[in-house]
Amino acid sequence: MTYSEGDGGVSGQSLMFAATPLNMRNHRLQWLFRALFGLMTLILVVPVGIIFGVLLVRGGPAISFEFLFSYPSDGMTAGGIWPALVGTMWLVAVSLIASVPVGVAAAIYLSEYAPDNWLTRGINLAIINLAGVPSIVHALFGVGAFVIFAGFGTSILAASLTLAVMTLPLVIVATRESLQAVPMAFREACWNMGATRWQTIRTVVLPNAISGILTGVILSVSRTAGETAPIMFTGAAFFFPFLPSSVFDQTMAMAMHLFVISTAVPGAPDELKYGTALTLITLVLLMNAASIWFRSYLRGKKKW
Amino acid sequence: MVATDVKLAVRDLDIQYGGQRALSGVSLDVHEHEIFGIIGPAGSGKTSFLRTLNRMEMLHENMTVNGSIVFDGHDISEIQNVYALRRHIGVVFPLPVGLPLSIYDNVALAPRLSGIKEKSDLDEIVEQCLMRAALWDEVKDRLDALGSLLSGGQQQRLTIARALSQDPELLLLDEFSIAVDPVTTMRIEDVLKELKEEITIILVTNLVQQARRLADRTAFFLDGQLIEVGETEALFRGEAKDHRTLDYLEGRFG
Amino acid sequence: MLAKRVKRSAPMDLDHRGRAWYIDKAVTFLVFVGGISAIIFIIGIFVFITKEGAGFIVGPLNVREFFASLTWRPTSSQNPSYGVLGLIAGTASVTGLAMVVSVPFSLGAAIFIGEFATGRLRESLKVLVELLAAIPSVVWGFIGLSIMNPLIIDMFDVPVGIGVLNSGIILGLMAAPIMTTIAEDALKAVPDTYREAAEAMGATKWQVIFRVVLPAGKNGLVAAVLLGVGRGFGETMAVLMASGNAIQIPTSPFDSVRAITATIAAELGDAPVGSDHYRALFTLGILLFVVTFIINLTADLVVKGARRA
Repeated sequence: MTYSEGDGGVSGQSLMFAATPLNMRNHRLQWLFRALFGLMTLILVVPVGIIFGVLLVRGGPAISFEFLFSYPSDGMTAGGIWPALVGTMWLVAVSLIASVPVGVAAAIYLSEYAPDNWLTRGINLAIINLAGVPSIVHALFGVGAFVIFAGFGTSILAASLTLAVMTLPLVIVATRESLQAVPMAFREACWNMGATRWQTIRTVVLPNAISGILTGVILSVSRTAGETAPIMFTGAAFFFPFLPSSVFDQTMAMAMHLFVISTAVPGAPDELKYGTALTLITLVLLMNAASIWFRSYLRGKKKW
Repeated sequence: MVATDVKLAVRDLDIQYGGQRALSGVSLDVHEHEIFGIIGPAGSGKTSFLRTLNRMEMLHENMTVNGSIVFDGHDISEIQNVYALRRHIGVVFPLPVGLPLSIYDNVALAPRLSGIKEKSDLDEIVEQCLMRAALWDEVKDRLDALGSLLSGGQQQRLTIARALSQDPELLLLDEFSIAVDPVTTMRIEDVLKELKEEITIILVTNLVQQARRLADRTAFFLDGQLIEVGETEALFRGEAKDHRTLDYLEGRFG
Repeated sequence: MLAKRVKRSAPMDLDHRGRAWYIDKAVTFLVFVGGISAIIFIIGIFVFITKEGAGFIVGPLNVREFFASLTWRPTSSQNPSYGVLGLIAGTASVTGLAMVVSVPFSLGAAIFIGEFATGRLRESLKVLVELLAAIPSVVWGFIGLSIMNPLIIDMFDVPVGIGVLNSGIILGLMAAPIMTTIAEDALKAVPDTYREAAEAMGATKWQVIFRVVLPAGKNGLVAAVLLGVGRGFGETMAVLMASGNAIQIPTSPFDSVRAITATIAAELGDAPVGSDHYRALFTLGILLFVVTFIINLTADLVVKGARRA
């Protein structure tokens, strides 16, 4: 009795789940959509693969020890990119010195101190907009504020500060995120022991957020190295065949150099252009890949 | 009854969370060198009460506290250095928190914050506190392991060791045995009995029998009100003045 | 206990504010300054570009000519003219084409990554999109100039391959990863309970996506598109290098155009500091600042609106 009832139930169920024409249609549609969206994703990703391949094929042969470490010559139609590489390092270093302390302080304020009020909302809005302002407007700001008003002239300092303002939101957002990932209970435990807010941040919060902060810093380095517009009028020179000796010098820079040789130097050989482009994009992508790898490494390494 | 020094005097304490009343009109005294038990069902305001004692309410934006709390003759709402107050009051919460520092640094943190730098002093404090919290034998060979990766019970004992490392005058324990096995609970209870000679302890517990074993006097909280305070033994002998206390002690609700 | 412990500062230190107390106060002040720096900078940007551009706004600016004239001839000594209509048309055509190219693909990719792809595939696609977003704009410009240009000439048999089409595609490829990332975040923000509820009612995957997930994530998707528009609108180097830089209202996708951003980048170096030309370029900067500000603000409000709902 019980058995037959059970059997009836089972067969009824299997009948219920048998493929109906509607079901089949749905199944085909689902497959279709999956394929369609997958194709769209491919179309976004593939051209970039092709582009990178072209850069690699045409620029690869140009890259040599000589290319990386020698000065441009013959009116920038020959030679290497050494001063541009060094200049980019200067710009990155000086702008990090400016943006990291300010950005980390801002993130600490937002994550650890800021009450939920109009000022905090204002700060968040300002961060969003700072990230959204076009780079050429940052350039205008750099000219008005650092080159002219502060009197730095067109110099590494003025260019780096302009870049620092531009990358500040990146540092703030990454740092704030990693600070907020530290559980509240750790802070409360410290406060209960009589630690001040700063002691708590220093001993428990920052050490556990430092790797996340580093990820953000690497990202901002890559962004800084690739920017052209903000430095065009604030410190990057078309051609400056010396290594800078102080922050008040002008300098060449990788991104600017690529722009110059591909638009303003008639007769610059393709090999040189592709080599420069390949070097720049490799630098930038390597740093991004490093930060991505770093992030996933950290995710796998639980501390609580 | 022997005349004793009052360590903590609470008068007319009201606690609200954004207009929602959590505790109202509580007045009580905690004496020096006693274990003061607080019992009551969940949501009766016990934890909120503890939180105000070291002024953690400052950190909860919607929490407002009225009334006076006098600690060793100081009104705690008027003191200038709230961090010093918190160093004198050790707290152990129900959920263990092993900080993501080494076991050694977990325990050495509070002494370091109060200015102890000598390695040998720190070593001694760490060893003593871990021993008292019944954790030393398990971790003495791996003091540099992360405190946050210990098991729940071990983390709770680490939390207790940390509270002791503050060298507190008043120790607040909030249902500390939730995450600890019965044997360890017994060991910690023994430690608490010893500690009583030196410091004052407030023990919030959901285990009536734990209050009976440890507390000299016990307060019964219900729905944000202090129903009564009495000698623990007297309460358990059935001499409670309020029938709700009796009902709770006898397990008729809770 | 602990007899060797440092004796407590007798009798009680509750009213003594030690070094830690003052350090804490100082740090509180310092990080507050850091916190408001973002506001200071955004106001600073506005103030400084306005300061440099003000001389033009109160002086030679003729609002009607500015927005209605096609003639941008700031360097003419006899008869300078400051019409930005052509520049606006340039920016609009390039950004418009970029959006046409990239919005469907970005949203499609976001749906694929967020709803279909799983595990390793999903992670690798996300990494790829992130790397895409990192390619510097000058490299994109170079690609437009050196790879796309001959490609367009060959494919369409036109004399010049830089113009609306070239820079539109480049800009589309640049804006796509940002839109994909934000759109995917928006889809991820739709609670799984919605999906489960719909699936429990027998809906298929694509029904769940179209009837439940997309409507629920609508605001986030709108914000993603808005931010993509903002990115295209403000992009400088790629447009400067791939659009051809002739000031005109384009009539074909192969026409050369000049964007607002590209104009500033191309001319600021030659404009003497303090000249009308120089100030006019800063006025273009004010225009860019205000428009992107509005776009970002709107995107933010749209996202917040979604969260409140």
